[in-house]
Amino acid sequence: MSAAPAAPRTESADHTDLLLTPPVPRAGWRLLPARVGAMCAVELQKLRHDRTELYTRAVQPALWLLIFGQTFTRIRAIPTGGVPYIDFMAPGIIAQSAMFIAIFYGIQIIWERDAGILNKLLVTPTPRSALITGKAFAAGVKSLIQAVVVIVIAAILGVALTWNPLRLLGVAAAVVLASAFFSCLSMTIAGIVISRDRLMGIGQAITMPLFFGSNALYPVSVMPGWLQAVSKVNPLSYQVDALRGLLLGTPSHLGADFAVLAVAAALGIAAASSLLGRLAR
Amino acid sequence: MTQPEEQDPGPGRTTDESTGVADGGAEGVADAVSCASLSYAFGDTKAVDGLDLAVREGEVFGLLGPNGAGKTTAIRCVTTLLPVPAGKVRVFGHDAAKERMAVRRLLGYVPQQLSADQGLTGRENVALFARVFDVPRRERAARVAQALAADRLAGTYSGGMIRRLELAQALVSAPRLLILDEPTIGLDPIARTGVWEHINAVRAVTGMTVLVTTHYMDEADQYCDRVGLMHRGRIRALGTPAELRRGLAEHQGTDTLPTLEDVFRAIAGSGLDDTSGGGFRDVRSTRRTAHRVG
Ligand SMILES: Nc1ncnc2c1ncn2[C@@H]1O[C@H](COP(=O)(O)OP(=O)(O)OP(=O)(O)O)[C@@H](O)[C@H]1O
Ligand SMILES: [Mg+2]
Repeated sequence: MSAAPAAPRTESADHTDLLLTPPVPRAGWRLLPARVGAMCAVELQKLRHDRTELYTRAVQPALWLLIFGQTFTRIRAIPTGGVPYIDFMAPGIIAQSAMFIAIFYGIQIIWERDAGILNKLLVTPTPRSALITGKAFAAGVKSLIQAVVVIVIAAILGVALTWNPLRLLGVAAAVVLASAFFSCLSMTIAGIVISRDRLMGIGQAITMPLFFGSNALYPVSVMPGWLQAVSKVNPLSYQVDALRGLLLGTPSHLGADFAVLAVAAALGIAAASSLLGRLAR
Repeated sequence: MTQPEEQDPGPGRTTDESTGVADGGAEGVADAVSCASLSYAFGDTKAVDGLDLAVREGEVFGLLGPNGAGKTTAIRCVTTLLPVPAGKVRVFGHDAAKERMAVRRLLGYVPQQLSADQGLTGRENVALFARVFDVPRRERAARVAQALAADRLAGTYSGGMIRRLELAQALVSAPRLLILDEPTIGLDPIARTGVWEHINAVRAVTGMTVLVTTHYMDEADQYCDRVGLMHRGRIRALGTPAELRRGLAEHQGTDTLPTLEDVFRAIAGSGLDDTSGGGFRDVRSTRRTAHRVG
């Protein structure tokens, strides 16, 4: 143990002068961005250590675009408003594959709970809502990387996407907001069922209805009335609409889309935060 | 030193008071931890049942007791992980139910279960805790390095290394109170000594208070200034290890000084009792974690 705190003995592992003073707490509004940053950094570090998930998750969207997209482009069965079908569906597949990541994010929080990691985080000066917001944005970061991969695949398959940086920024925002919502949905369910297996089952059960009950694969106009109603309350539809408008330049409702996504994300964060206490017990 | 508090805007939660000034007495006078008739029940199980406890500033306090005595539950109330449904819990004068952020800033916590994130390196594990305790970026690397020696993926660590890593996580924020729930469970004798020596080395410099639970009576005897023997949710005996041993000797009228283990047996009873069931779950899950990460 170092007796003289000032002496810079870099060799010694026991040197602890910094550990004598507690850090100065961040005040008020600066707390939330700091916690969000911490959670996102952890997510990126994990992805850097284990990239297999990145590769395996690229397979499904590639298949959707390659097989479904190219086939339906030929059939011309779906009215897409003039764009090739594969172009039409590409934003849908981006949104879908990002949603798949977010909807299973709750499994990670249950795993962290079972491993005792969550408990330790809850004993740090991190309000529960800040922890959930951090996790939601960390899921957003993960989804964003997935979205980049799918955009690259789509571009390779010849989809005519925009490269306008401002529009791509909008795409990133839409992906992060929607993933924040879906991951909070997942963490909310996690707070209710508190079991990885059950959450996995529920996740499997709701992803396909969310996907098919949206405008990802076909425009709302060809849906039967009841499905149109489903699509209307499905945040995925608003995400797809925004992505389509931004990436392809097709007519869309960007203002409404972003408003719905932001409100959904905020509600999701509130719901998941209020149930986080159940995971701490 | 008094820390300013942040607000906890969690929905449906009481908001922390906005000043850091403790209402429970002046600086240095307040106990590090004080529990007054703390009770906590899981359904019908009264895990903690009217616990009164005072941990003095600067001491190493050992909370002992059989499996299921309520040690972990009491600690989880002190750490703000569990609400305080009945009674009062204060940490350096801050109410654990109302000033949760202020309490957390003063705490370092190592839970019973071995818990490091296996997907991160040791350094990243500690850095995360530096970040969430608001260690500024320029100081972070140095602080983490001082808290930690080894660095590789935590998934490859042994049980003893994980505990040392967890200690580093808990100490990186320079806590005034270190709470350790069975820090040496499942560790070999050398690792156990290592953990204790590390704690004592840090304590010698920082003067922090330590609240620890353990089932190893020899450890409690050697390293704790005072111990409280808990049984069925309440403290049944309190004092320095020597006092408790002498007390038992007087009670039994023996000349040879009994060990702390004898004291434990006298108070907790030798056979299995009805409250001993639940602890098994914790022990098992610790073993499982040790197996998985180690
Ligand atoms: N999450 C829980 N749900 C239901 N009952 C619980 C829970 N946690 C603890 N208990 C019960 O509360 C009682 C006290 O448990 P606790 O874990 O506090 O004991 P302990 O003294 O820490 O035991 P050990 O030495 O085995 O760690 C036990 O009867 C246990 O079964
Ligand atoms: Mg315990």
